[in-house]
Amino acid sequence: MRFVKFLAVAAVLAVSSAPAMAAEVLVPPKQKWAHDGFFGTFDRASLQRGFQVYKEVCSACHAMKQMRYRNLAGIGLSEAEIAAIAAEYETTDGPNDEGEMFQRPSRASDRFKSPFANELAARAVNNGAYPLDLSLIAKNRVGGENYVYALMTGYADPPADMKIADGMNYNKWFPGHQIAMAQPIQPDGVQYADGTPATVEQMSKDVATFLAFAASPHLEARNSLGVKVMLFLFIFTGLLYATKRKIWKNLH
Amino acid sequence: MAKYDYVPSAFRSNPIVKWVDHRLPIFELIDEQLIKYPAPRNLNYMWNFGSLAGICLVIMIVSGIFLAMNYQASTLHAFDSVERIMRDVNYGWLIRYIHMNGASMFFIVVYIHIIRGFYYGSYKAPREILWWLGIVIFLLMMATAFMGYVLPWGQMSFWGATVITNLFSAIPVVGQAIVTWLWGGFSVDNPTLNRFFALHYLMPFVIAGVVLLHLWALHVHGSNNPLGIDAKGPQDKVPFHPYYTVKDALGLGVFLIVFAYFVFFNPYMLGHPDNWIPANPLVTPAHIVPEWYFLPFYAILRAVPDKLGGVLLMFGSIAILFLLPWLDTSRVRSAKFRPAYRLFFWLFIAVCFVLGWAGGQPAEGPALLIGRIATILYFAHFLVFLPLLGWFEKPLPLPSSIAEPVLGGGKMAAAAAMEKA
Repeated sequence: MRFVKFLAVAAVLAVSSAPAMAAEVLVPPKQKWAHDGFFGTFDRASLQRGFQVYKEVCSACHAMKQMRYRNLAGIGLSEAEIAAIAAEYETTDGPNDEGEMFQRPSRASDRFKSPFANELAARAVNNGAYPLDLSLIAKNRVGGENYVYALMTGYADPPADMKIADGMNYNKWFPGHQIAMAQPIQPDGVQYADGTPATVEQMSKDVATFLAFAASPHLEARNSLGVKVMLFLFIFTGLLYATKRKIWKNLH
Repeated sequence: MAKYDYVPSAFRSNPIVKWVDHRLPIFELIDEQLIKYPAPRNLNYMWNFGSLAGICLVIMIVSGIFLAMNYQASTLHAFDSVERIMRDVNYGWLIRYIHMNGASMFFIVVYIHIIRGFYYGSYKAPREILWWLGIVIFLLMMATAFMGYVLPWGQMSFWGATVITNLFSAIPVVGQAIVTWLWGGFSVDNPTLNRFFALHYLMPFVIAGVVLLHLWALHVHGSNNPLGIDAKGPQDKVPFHPYYTVKDALGLGVFLIVFAYFVFFNPYMLGHPDNWIPANPLVTPAHIVPEWYFLPFYAILRAVPDKLGGVLLMFGSIAILFLLPWLDTSRVRSAKFRPAYRLFFWLFIAVCFVLGWAGGQPAEGPALLIGRIATILYFAHFLVFLPLLGWFEKPLPLPSSIAEPVLGGGKMAAAAAMEKA
C-alpha cells in the first residue's frame, strides 16, 4: 500500500521534472532579473538601455510588429521623447485624396517600423534566413528572457569535431548550434547615455530585459494586482475557515 | 432518495414568494434542492470538487464571452487580435489569463472529481446514469478545450488541430472525406478556424445543459459518501445549507488562491511556448504536443503502431468508463473497506501519471515502451483487475450507519449488516 503510494508520488515527480529531461530542448541557465518574483518590477534604466540596443543593433533586421511607439511609455519615456523617436521613422499612410499612398513621420500610435517589407524581402538580403519578429521572443522560447541572454552571450568557437556550414555561426544555446545570425552584440557596440560600460553581458542583459517587457508589457500591473488579490483571498479564506468551524461545531 | 419531512424555510411564507411559488415553484425548488436538501453528514473535502467544477464552467463562460467580444476568427487576424486583447484591451491580459489557465484548472478539478468517484465507488447502483452523464460532460469538455486551443492560432493551435483532425482519416474508406468535411477544405484553414470558434462558443452551453441533467440525477438518490453506505434516516443527513454551502465556499477560497497564483504569477507555466509563435503551415514544430490534460490519452494513441488501432484505443480508454459500473463487480462502494482495490486504485493513479509523462515525450525509445506498458495496465485495470477483485477480495466489515462512526459510537457492525448496494 505504502509502496504503491510511493510509486504514485515518484511518478508525479518524474512528470514534473519532464521538461528538463526532454532530449533536444536546451534549458538556458536562469539569470537574476529585477522583474522576478511576486513584487518584481522592470529595471527602468535597463529597459531604456535595452531599447537603445534594439534600436541601434537588432532593429536593422528584426521587426517588433506587436509594439507601438506609445508602448515606450512603459519603459519610462515621456510623451515628447516618444514622439521624437517615432518621428525618426517613416510610415506608409494613405490613400490620400488623389488615391496615392504617401510617407509621413510615424506617430506614437504607429507600430514599430519593420526593417523589411515582408518575409521574402528579409530572406533575400539575409542569406536565405529570416530574422524573427522579436515582439514575443521572451515568451515563445523555452527559458524566455534567459534564452535571449544565453543566445546573445553564447557565441564561441565550435568544438573541433563540428563542421559549421558556410555563412553559419556556432552558438552554444541555439537549437542545433548553428545560427545564421553573426554575433550581433559586440563590446562597446552602443554608447550608453548613462555611462554604463557596454560589455556584451551588460548589453545582452539589457536587451533581454527590454524584450521581456515587450512580450509582457502588463507584468507590473499583473504583479501588483496579484499581490492585492492574494491578500484578499487569504483573509477571505481565513474568515470562511472560521465560519465553517463555527457552523460545523454543532454537528460533531 | 428517502424524502425527509422538512420545515420550509422562513422566507417561503413571504406573500410575494408564495404568490410566485403558486404559479412557478421556483422558491420551493431552491428551498428543497439547495437549502433543505439533505446531504450525508460525513462528506469529506473530496466532495468539494463537484461544485468547484460548476464554478469553473461559469468562470470559463463569463471570461470567454468577454474574449469573444474582442476576438477575430480569421487566420489573418486571430493571432494579432489575441495580442491586442493582451496589450490594449483594458484588463484584457487578466481576462485572457483567467480563460487560459481556467481551462487547466477546470481539468484539474474534474480529474479529481472523477478520481473521487473511482475511490468511493460513486458510479455504482443506483448512480450509473449520473456517472454516464459525467462522462458525457468530460467528453464535451475535451472537445471544447481542443477547439478553444486552436483559436489563438499559434503554432501548437495549428499543428494540434492538424494532428487531431487527421485522426479521423484512420476511419476506413470514408476517413479522408470526413477530414475534408471537418476542415471545410483541404487543410486546416480559415473555414476550420471559423467553425471551431462557432462550436467553441456553443459547446459550453451544451455542457451546462448536461450539467443540469447530472444534478438532476444526483438529487434523485443524493450524494454518495466516504463510507459508501446508504443513509438510514434523518440522523445520517444534514441540510445542505448552511453545512455544505459553507464547506463548498471554503473549498472555493482555497481553489481561488491556487487559480490566482497561476493567473497572476505563473500564467505561462501550463501552456506551451510555441503557441506564442503565429501559426505557420510551412514550419512544423519539433514536437507537437497537446495541452497537459490530454497527454495520457495522447500516450495511448501513440502506443499503438497502427493509426486506426491507436484512435480506437484512445476513444476506447474513455468509452470503457461507461461500462465501469458493471466491470467493478464488488458490491462494496467505498475503497475504505476494500484493501485490495485500494492498492490497485493507487496503481491506476500512478499509471495515469506515467501515461501523462509518456505523452509529453517523443514517441520513441524507452518513453514509447513505458507508454505501452502503462497503456496495457490502464486497460487491465478495467478489464482484468476490477472484475476479478470483486470475486477474490474480502471486504472489511461495513459500519451499520453513517451516523454511528461519525458520532463516535465506533461500534462496527458485523459483516452481516452489510448494506445492500
